[in-house]
Amino acid sequence: MSAIGLPDTFFTAPPHWRWLIILYFFVGGLAGGCYMLAVLADVFGDPGDRRLARTGYSIAFGAIVLSGLLLTIDLGQPQRFWHMLVQSHTGRPMFKAWSPMSVGSWALLLFGAVSSLSFLAALADAGRLPWRGLSRLRPPSAAGYVVGVIGGLLGFFVAGYTGVLLSVTNRPIWADTWLLGLTFIVSAASISAALLVLVSYVDGWLSTGVYALRRFDAWALVLELLVLVALVASLGAVARIWLSAWGAFLLAMVIIGIVAPLALHWRLVAVGRLTTPIAAALVLVGGFLLRVVIVLSSEGLGLV
Amino acid sequence: MAEPMGFFTDTTVCIGCKACEVACKEWNQLPASAGGAPTLSGDSYDNTRRLDGIHWRHVRFVEQFSPDRRDGRWLLMSDVCKHCVQAGCLEVCPTGAIIRTEFDTVVIQSDTCNGCRDCIGACPFGVIGMNPVSDTAQKCTLCYDRLQAGLEPACSKACPTDSIQFGTIADLRQKAQARVGKLHAGGERRAYLYGADDKMLGGLNSFFLLVDKPEVYGLPPNPRLPTRNLVPSSLFSALGALVLGLMGVISFRMRGANAAAREEELADERDRTA
Repeated sequence: MSAIGLPDTFFTAPPHWRWLIILYFFVGGLAGGCYMLAVLADVFGDPGDRRLARTGYSIAFGAIVLSGLLLTIDLGQPQRFWHMLVQSHTGRPMFKAWSPMSVGSWALLLFGAVSSLSFLAALADAGRLPWRGLSRLRPPSAAGYVVGVIGGLLGFFVAGYTGVLLSVTNRPIWADTWLLGLTFIVSAASISAALLVLVSYVDGWLSTGVYALRRFDAWALVLELLVLVALVASLGAVARIWLSAWGAFLLAMVIIGIVAPLALHWRLVAVGRLTTPIAAALVLVGGFLLRVVIVLSSEGLGLV
Repeated sequence: MAEPMGFFTDTTVCIGCKACEVACKEWNQLPASAGGAPTLSGDSYDNTRRLDGIHWRHVRFVEQFSPDRRDGRWLLMSDVCKHCVQAGCLEVCPTGAIIRTEFDTVVIQSDTCNGCRDCIGACPFGVIGMNPVSDTAQKCTLCYDRLQAGLEPACSKACPTDSIQFGTIADLRQKAQARVGKLHAGGERRAYLYGADDKMLGGLNSFFLLVDKPEVYGLPPNPRLPTRNLVPSSLFSALGALVLGLMGVISFRMRGANAAAREEELADERDRTA
């Protein structure tokens, strides 16, 4: 194939971000999304939704710890992970506002700290800790609002910056659109709502907030479908890359992760009491596939 | 600060001997392969194939043949890091490992780099790769150690045809312009300079004389900085966050509908068990 007429992004090399990073994009999305939904449940839900919020904070905490581990072991020199935060030569803080990976490293650190507080509050609230006062680190106390608002904003950031990070490169697809951050943030919302709904069904407690999340998830899926259409349109000629097995993969993702769950949600198809949990599980599978396609369909292109 | 230094690579006199590749590997102690026996490309005499963490110079063989292979042309180009004045790799590097030196060159400090690989995807030219010995991202340093000792880089020193010339950017640009003028006068009207002025990424401190389109040499026609996407991408994400936040608030505030949905499902459940 002649190189004449190829977009500029095709003259670049792949960073070999593979399964660990794909998994991080998924788990990190869950961390930010579940935290944000937990804050919403705490602030706008019923008193019966405290348990839903606790679940959200707990998932967010576990997911952000796992995220840090995934990112660290993906490094070529994992023991130097702290170089992202501290200049190794001078000991001064390392921060570049214009580098998404630099800002993201700080956001992960701060989000980890804030979600730890919320996790402690959730444990105290559930009576698992001797210090009941810690539950004031959650709304509706004043301190709780501060923690929740900061954590919620950081959660949004953690869920979306990864897409911006991909776009702030010169790689095919990633740098050929402005919509990857939006795509990831919407997908993070849909998978997080799905996971919380799934957990509540498996555990068998169904507060009214779970129904709020079900509705929210359906809206998020509709939004995700629109965003994906816009994403393909924004790629222009580069979208032809997806006229391949990757396109089939993406289509499968849309059917499994968006169309099928919506059909189940609106009861166009029903499989009895399992309808909602199956829909939620499919959303999670779709969210993972989406990240696989976006990351790996670019990996094989350019100067490989 | 010393004067900006760089390379002028005149592809019209490159003979593809690869002395530059060898000299680079020798001086910088780069391994022959990334583990295992070196492999052949199989479809080209170019067995180096590309720049990466263990190939900091790459003599690109552009083999242009007619379909029946009766006629052919070889273009040879010793490719290298462009040491961009506005460098995408340096922009994104989250550890500060990538620095601009007193010679206006771009160097990755291997003891600071932690191998996140952001720079590899950020480079508009695909220059950087992982080095399996150091497990960090590496590329041409323009022989920073030799420059500090007052020596010229190993590749330009070894080049037997002066296809690779080292010097101050001001000198090199003059020489390059003169060379283009000479080629034009001699009938090679296609000759032009790639990256020799400030228009391309503020100027490439290693620039090239080419006789065909950049793409033919594996070079992007219009290389750009990765941060061009930062603000619009962030704004779209923030818009998404706003919409999702509102959707979340509204979902939770529809208490009546939520309670009704719950009642409905619990009633269904009772019917089924009854």
